Amino acid sequence: MTGEAHAAVEFQLSTPPDLVRRRRMGRIFELACLVTAAAGVVVLAVLLVDVIVDGAGWLNRTFFTRPPSRIPTRAGILPALAGTIWLMSLVALISFPLGVAAAVYLEEYAEKGWLQTIIQTNIANLAGVPSIVYGILGLAVFVRWMGGLTGGRSVLSGALTISLLILPVLIIAAQEAIRAVPNSIRDASYGLGATKWQTVRHHVLPNALPGILTGTILALSRAIGETAPLIMIGALTFIAFTPEGPRDAFTVLPIQIFNWVSRPQDDFRHLAAAAIIVLLVLLLSMNALAIWLRNRYEKEW
Amino acid sequence: MSTIRVTAGGDAALETRDVSVFYGSNEAIKTVSFEIPRNKVVALIGPSGCGKSTLLRVFNRMNDLVPTARVTGEVLFQGEDLYADHVDPVEVRRRIGMVFQKPNPFPKSIYDNVAFGPKINGTGGDIDAIVEQSLQQAALWDEVKDRLSASALELSGGQQQRLCIARALAVTPEILLMDEPASALDPIATAKIEELIHQLVADYTIVIVTHNMQQAARVSDYTAYLYLGELIEYDDTNTIFTAPTEKHTEDYVTGRFG
Ligand SMILES: Nc1ncnc2c1ncn2[C@@H]1O[C@H](COP(=O)(O)OP(=O)(O)OP(=O)(O)O)[C@@H](O)[C@H]1O
Ligand SMILES: [Mg+2]
Repeated sequence: MTGEAHAAVEFQLSTPPDLVRRRRMGRIFELACLVTAAAGVVVLAVLLVDVIVDGAGWLNRTFFTRPPSRIPTRAGILPALAGTIWLMSLVALISFPLGVAAAVYLEEYAEKGWLQTIIQTNIANLAGVPSIVYGILGLAVFVRWMGGLTGGRSVLSGALTISLLILPVLIIAAQEAIRAVPNSIRDASYGLGATKWQTVRHHVLPNALPGILTGTILALSRAIGETAPLIMIGALTFIAFTPEGPRDAFTVLPIQIFNWVSRPQDDFRHLAAAAIIVLLVLLLSMNALAIWLRNRYEKEW
Repeated sequence: MSTIRVTAGGDAALETRDVSVFYGSNEAIKTVSFEIPRNKVVALIGPSGCGKSTLLRVFNRMNDLVPTARVTGEVLFQGEDLYADHVDPVEVRRRIGMVFQKPNPFPKSIYDNVAFGPKINGTGGDIDAIVEQSLQQAALWDEVKDRLSASALELSGGQQQRLCIARALAVTPEILLMDEPASALDPIATAKIEELIHQLVADYTIVIVTHNMQQAARVSDYTAYLYLGELIEYDDTNTIFTAPTEKHTEDYVTGRFG
């Protein structure tokens, strides 16, 4: 094609003025979103850097193997770390089966009626109850009333309390995972003469499991930072031994951190920072595990 | 309304007597009475929403799974009312198999898809042999015999549908219900499924829902025309397509409907 022929064409598809304006609005919005997102990331990064600068130097052998001490250079997080691991393991053992069972019941078995609606509404409301309220409940029920069984102010009482706290979230997450299993799969199973239990056992649960696990881990990573309800039920602030069993007294990382930051000496602030790093590493690895699980088992139907 | 019969001997695999289905207060099937003869292919045709799927699900009590659905009337299967109190819907669904409109393989291996039915029903026997035989019957064996442990979701749509047919056959039902089994398939896959229906009818009674008039004419022995939940006409397929009694049926099968 020659130049003259080209010039003769009147272009109709070049950008009209009002489209330029509409595009500009889009750009402005995009920038606003970017700034907001960046603000969050920057704050988090500053926090992280600050904590790492303060605490990284203190992450040594002594720190992981010693109990807390009045002398900062000889203080460690062993009891608190052990307590957190004990607590989280017990919470997982208690809340996972209860949460999954409740979710399966609500999604697969419960008649859709007023009873189911009431239960559902209650669970949603419980998810929003402040954690200190669970602490009060735990103190009354698990420490005082059932103290003979739980050992009173024990890691078991703490685990039961925290389990109650995360159950609503866990149930809702599990319900969503179960609901995401398409009905066509259930139809196929029932159509072959499977019972409800066989359908749930062989199809619904295996397909919902990655989602349930992701929800569970996210609920647990919320629980790992809980402090208030544990102080309420009487987790100790100073403890020199690790729990030997579920009925032993305990402390957890957040309480230990709180204890250290409230001391005047500078060295304890560094210890607190080091403990925060440990807590963050635990938290981030749990989240990473959740993401890995989700990606690994992501289903396309 | 008396049962519409298409056989003299009354050798029916299924017979409905004044069957109505309600979704809440909406009557989706209105007092339908007809018989489905043994070892024949019966096609259910009619415009969208007329109740074909609903009627099909009456035959294996899949409507039980829809909370709002209610079925009245009788459905006789070997002289027994499928809706009688003593009847266990789980057993009904094993004896009367279903292939769904959309291929719905389990997100498992090809082998596990077919083996699931025989395993849960505890029929025993050689599962491997059942899997092979069912896949053979569904004309899929040659295409998948080297990758039985591959995911069923890797199969093409037509292969998935044949896998679903194999899966249904593996529990050795007496009747096979097919809800538009070829609606999502290309002409070649469709032809394979129709060919399959021709072969299966020697051993099975087949009820098939289809929107495709040519398909109904090709595969079925008898055709039932439904409109707004009513059974307008039921006769042998030839008659329905060449000399229907009802004007309404004629308008529909010749495409002049609406
Ligand atoms: N689960 C349900 N709940 C309420 N109403 C339903 C339900 N399933 C079907 N219906 C109603 O019952 C009537 C018949 O539906 P059905 O699915 O049997 O039609 P169909 O003939 O199979 O249509 P199509 O050819 O589009 O598949 C429709 O009016 C539909 O709205
Ligand atoms: Mg339908």
